[in-house]
Amino acid sequence: MKSLEDLRRMREEALKKVNVREGDKDYRVVVGMATCGIAAGARPVLNRLVEEAAAKDYNCTITQTGCIGMCVYEPIVEVYGKDGAHTTYIHMDPDKAVRVLEEHIGQGHVVEEYTVNAARK
Amino acid sequence: MMEDLAMQMLEIIMNSVHAGAGSIEIRIVDSAAENLISMTVSDDGCGMNKALLQRVADPFTTTRETRRIGMGVPFMKGLTEQCGGRFSIRSRPGEGTILTATVQRDHIDTPPMGDLGEMMMNSIQANGDIDYDFHNRTDKGEFVFDTREAKEMLDGVSLLEPSILLWIRDYIREGVGSVNS
Repeated sequence: MKSLEDLRRMREEALKKVNVREGDKDYRVVVGMATCGIAAGARPVLNRLVEEAAAKDYNCTITQTGCIGMCVYEPIVEVYGKDGAHTTYIHMDPDKAVRVLEEHIGQGHVVEEYTVNAARK
Repeated sequence: MMEDLAMQMLEIIMNSVHAGAGSIEIRIVDSAAENLISMTVSDDGCGMNKALLQRVADPFTTTRETRRIGMGVPFMKGLTEQCGGRFSIRSRPGEGTILTATVQRDHIDTPPMGDLGEMMMNSIQANGDIDYDFHNRTDKGEFVFDTREAKEMLDGVSLLEPSILLWIRDYIREGVGSVNS
């Protein structure tokens, strides 16, 4: 049985890592979770991203937002860098999302083929 | 229509987030004895004036700018009508909004409850600065989770830390399960 006290222990563990406080992470990963996103399959994408980020300790937060305004491209995942750079990934599924974590967050390379710019070419 | 009640509630909670709420209270009563499921979301966000309140159940009413249709409130209202329930919204500009939706628990069209742990995790992911106060009452007892208590324990470590988010999801699943069996 879990108890709120577990959070004290998790806090100690978290503090051994760097970048655990609000706003410290190098990247912000945002999933579109309005009705349009959810209908297109955003839920499994969001869940997989949180699980993978926790397991591999990626330097990012995984958050969610409402409608991004391009419902036809959902599920959409946006990656914001600390420098303000911003990449929009479209038609995501859990496996593609894991690849975005590995290559973009892990290695700093944009996965060009999944971006909205690639689709518009 | 959304597949479960938790996803419908998430839509309503997101409205509170977008209304600039600082705290959001979610109260669920799931009672076989009373044969009802009631869901209340209260916030201290910007609220709505009378004119907007009257139009809010219309799918073509939305304050968002990215598209011109909003389905959260119409879906929830439709659900209560379909499942022998009641629906109400009270709101005051500058004070906040209280939305209550009740359905008949054994109605054939009443969807399953869904994953309340995931619903709360997703709510925190929408904005980790908001205080969420979650109550789930059944005939067996009540489970409560308040992010203010969690933040106190975490003392500066963010709720948005992925491992903490997963812990919260699982803690709520477990707590809800403990008052359900």
